[in-house]
Amino acid sequence: MNAIIQFASKLIRGQAAGSDAVHKFHGGVHPDGQKQQSTTRPIAKLAIPDRLVLPLRQHVGYIPKIKIQVGERVLKGQMLAEAEGTLSAAIHAPTSGTVMAIGEEIIPHPSGLPDMCITLAPDGQDEWMKLQPIDWRNTDKKTLVASLRSSGIVGLGGATFPTHIKVRADGKSSIHTLVINAAECEPYITCDDMLMRERADEIVQGMEIVKFLLGAESCIVGIEDNKPEATAAMAEACKALPDASVKVVPTLYPSGDARRLIHLVLGIEIPHDKRSTDVGVQVFNVATVLAIYRYFVYGEPAVDRIVTMTGSVNSPQNFEVLFGTPLQTLIDAAGGAQAGTTHFIMGGPMMGFDLPTINVPITKAANCIIAATPDLFAPPPPAMPCIRCARCADACPVNLQPQELYWFSKSDDFEKARDYKLFDCIECGCCTYVCPSNIPLVQYYRYAKSEIIAVDKAKEAADLARERNEFRLARIEREKQERAQKHAERAASGKAEGTKPEEVKADPAKSTVETPAAAATADDAKKAAIAAAIERAKALKAAAAQTGEMQKEPAAGTADTTDTSKAVQTEQTKEDQAKAEQAKKDKQALIAAAIERAKAQKLAAAQAGITPKNVEDASPAVKAEISEIDTIREKAKQAVKAQNPDSEA
Amino acid sequence: MNRSPYITDAPTVSIIMLKVLLALIPGIFAYAWIYGGGILVTLSLATITALVSEAALLKLRQRPIRPYLSDLSAVVTAWLLALALPPLAPWWLVVVGTFFAIVIAKQLYGGLGYNPFNPAMVGYAVLLISFPIIMTKWPAPLILAQTKLGFMDQLQFIFSNTLPANVKIDAVTSATPLDYLKTQLMLKHEVYGITQAPIFGVWGAKGGEFVTAAYLLGGLYLLQQRIISWHLPTAFLATLAAMSLAFYAVSPAHFANPLFHLMSGASMLCAFFIITDPISGPTTPRGKLYFAAGVAILTYLIRVYGGYPDGVAFAVLLMNMCVPLIDAHTQPRVFGHTKN
Repeated sequence: MNAIIQFASKLIRGQAAGSDAVHKFHGGVHPDGQKQQSTTRPIAKLAIPDRLVLPLRQHVGYIPKIKIQVGERVLKGQMLAEAEGTLSAAIHAPTSGTVMAIGEEIIPHPSGLPDMCITLAPDGQDEWMKLQPIDWRNTDKKTLVASLRSSGIVGLGGATFPTHIKVRADGKSSIHTLVINAAECEPYITCDDMLMRERADEIVQGMEIVKFLLGAESCIVGIEDNKPEATAAMAEACKALPDASVKVVPTLYPSGDARRLIHLVLGIEIPHDKRSTDVGVQVFNVATVLAIYRYFVYGEPAVDRIVTMTGSVNSPQNFEVLFGTPLQTLIDAAGGAQAGTTHFIMGGPMMGFDLPTINVPITKAANCIIAATPDLFAPPPPAMPCIRCARCADACPVNLQPQELYWFSKSDDFEKARDYKLFDCIECGCCTYVCPSNIPLVQYYRYAKSEIIAVDKAKEAADLARERNEFRLARIEREKQERAQKHAERAASGKAEGTKPEEVKADPAKSTVETPAAAATADDAKKAAIAAAIERAKALKAAAAQTGEMQKEPAAGTADTTDTSKAVQTEQTKEDQAKAEQAKKDKQALIAAAIERAKAQKLAAAQAGITPKNVEDASPAVKAEISEIDTIREKAKQAVKAQNPDSEA
Repeated sequence: MNRSPYITDAPTVSIIMLKVLLALIPGIFAYAWIYGGGILVTLSLATITALVSEAALLKLRQRPIRPYLSDLSAVVTAWLLALALPPLAPWWLVVVGTFFAIVIAKQLYGGLGYNPFNPAMVGYAVLLISFPIIMTKWPAPLILAQTKLGFMDQLQFIFSNTLPANVKIDAVTSATPLDYLKTQLMLKHEVYGITQAPIFGVWGAKGGEFVTAAYLLGGLYLLQQRIISWHLPTAFLATLAAMSLAFYAVSPAHFANPLFHLMSGASMLCAFFIITDPISGPTTPRGKLYFAAGVAILTYLIRVYGGYPDGVAFAVLLMNMCVPLIDAHTQPRVFGHTKN
């Protein structure tokens, strides 16, 4: 059945199967390229601005460790922050100057939140540090990779993944093919296009280095067919490198997505839970490859990149921009923003985001800045209900069912959304692009993903907390049992030998709750007394009046023990409050007991079973009362002692 | 805030619905030519009823009226129902059917996008069950009728159920080929002899086959405009043809040939306009094939063995019920996954 459908689909699309043909992926959309505006002029080098703001977080991974101090003079290419851990990248001074500040500044991020940045005041001399080119052909690969770690180079296609990790041999997989991502499928962006037109030779030399590092056998450059000049330049340059070829892929967004590009040029479909390296393929962006070339051949770390400045500016153009350059400088270089410009988009119109303010620096991720007007990017009309037309499903390059995912995301049915492979969504925006009801589908998926991730994290934390609590409860239970056993033993020995206060004194340190030794002693004494009293009651067959008196007190004692164990289980934060309350309760009970005892003068002394607890928190008045009662209890103990021989008899 | 993508390129719901209406125009012309101008009255009545009841329900449901009325989905429902009704249906029949389709089958389920059943077919089914005699009394095509009713006569008949003096109702009505075939087969006649009757045309019903051909034309326009996917009409027509071919091959004397089935009744309207309703239909490519094939099988069975002359409405409604199931079990393979 599926075969028939596929055959029919192929017939309808008019595709011919062939070994050299590109392997088309499902879906995709054809947005208007809008690339011609920024390709009429060559790449221009932007002048050094007055101030450079370098966010520490310009890549995927951990923030690097700052190596300089405020006021220090740094040279161009000098490392300002060192890669911290494996997944991290260094930051270098884009020009010579003085470190003015290290602090929080607004960074180009959708959140608009400030982050740690190094601010540099260029001195205009643009003085390089001593550059150390590496003879990569005659150097050990491990050394090269280690060296690349301090190059500050990250994926310049926009993903900003630290490059040294991508060339690191992990020992598990061997790379047979290096794919150079030159698709540049998003509208407006032309930085890679212009780079290939102007510096194809250097790119190919970079490809040679990366190919060597990876140990790859062949190298394929994937370029969309809307870049004939770049294709010609690259094809010409590739002649210098054996086993390197250019493969023209149809202009179809999102062909620049790594998994889509690998499928296009190699026909390999990477399993959803695997990386491209697992199938022997690694993908590099053209600009990244060029940066690697410059690092090894000239010793230049990552200090600048090509940025497309386009949209509603007077002369859209590509610029070579130092990292940290204020956006305003770039806008001015492109002839200024036209009237009606409302905001700026970083990245392309399909996956980019609104810059929170114009006061942000250009970072390693900034491949394109688009000056936006309502004419260029009309605000979407109000969303209508989904009519299940499944245009989104036809457009989805991952072959998801966006209309189902939308339904599940909207109704917070995250389990279902996960079942329908929400996490395979690459947020390319094709579904939103074709939706007749103007539903911001990708927003729903971002929301659902973040909710699921949050829930997962919370669940993880809850699991950990529950485990900890279970352990804690088990410990408390164990301690309680140990204590109970001890009391039982003591009671048994007391019964045999007669309860001696001296003996009781030896134990209190074992109690975890009652730290004051006196209170603990009293407690133990009380319990022993109760045990003894019960024994005696059984044995003696005392008078009815006496029995009534005796029944009350063991009951009070039990309640007291329960309270104690409860107090142990309450949260640490609530403990103080609980203690205070406990003391108050104990105080009242004590007074009542004392009165009781006073009334029943003959017997009261024998059953003074109520013990003050946590007295350290009680007021001096209460403490005075307690000590008074203690005296009575002391008498009671004596009485118990005196009576015990009788009971034994 | 991340609110990309910033660009879209999609026809709005209104444009999609408008193109569906445009695609119906050839069929309407053919209809008016074959059966007279009365259909235009029926269409207008249905449209007005649909818009008024939709607006009223939106108001009751406190939803914005303008965007939902301008999406034209109510008009599409109204037109499909009007075209499915017998020509010269009394005005109240049109109003009741449309009202039911819009109010009960669409708005009470939540309006556009939420109705599990095809509203036009719900309206049709309600009328067919409630008023079977009127619903099965079709006028003869003008070329066959003994008395040809003018537009004003038709208007008068629709609104007051009166014919011009000296004209009997039998003079303007005739059995539909599907109905006639069924009753004649029950009388032990054979297909070849039955189809010699004047009401049969070259492919299907005399006259009616032109309307069907016009629907096909409109359907091809929708395909070309990518308003509908090829899966639904292809699977429907292929399955209907295969089904009737199988029966015809076994016993040509008792079963009509595939072409007759394809060109009779509501086959083409169903293939391109009714089962292509996205809201009540499946969304996966494979699901569309199963859905359309299911409608075709049921349509054929109801036509041949059922108690109703044409089975499209019931077949569609029955398959509408299966849509969640079909969708759940026909999820396509996601990129990078081996199996669903």
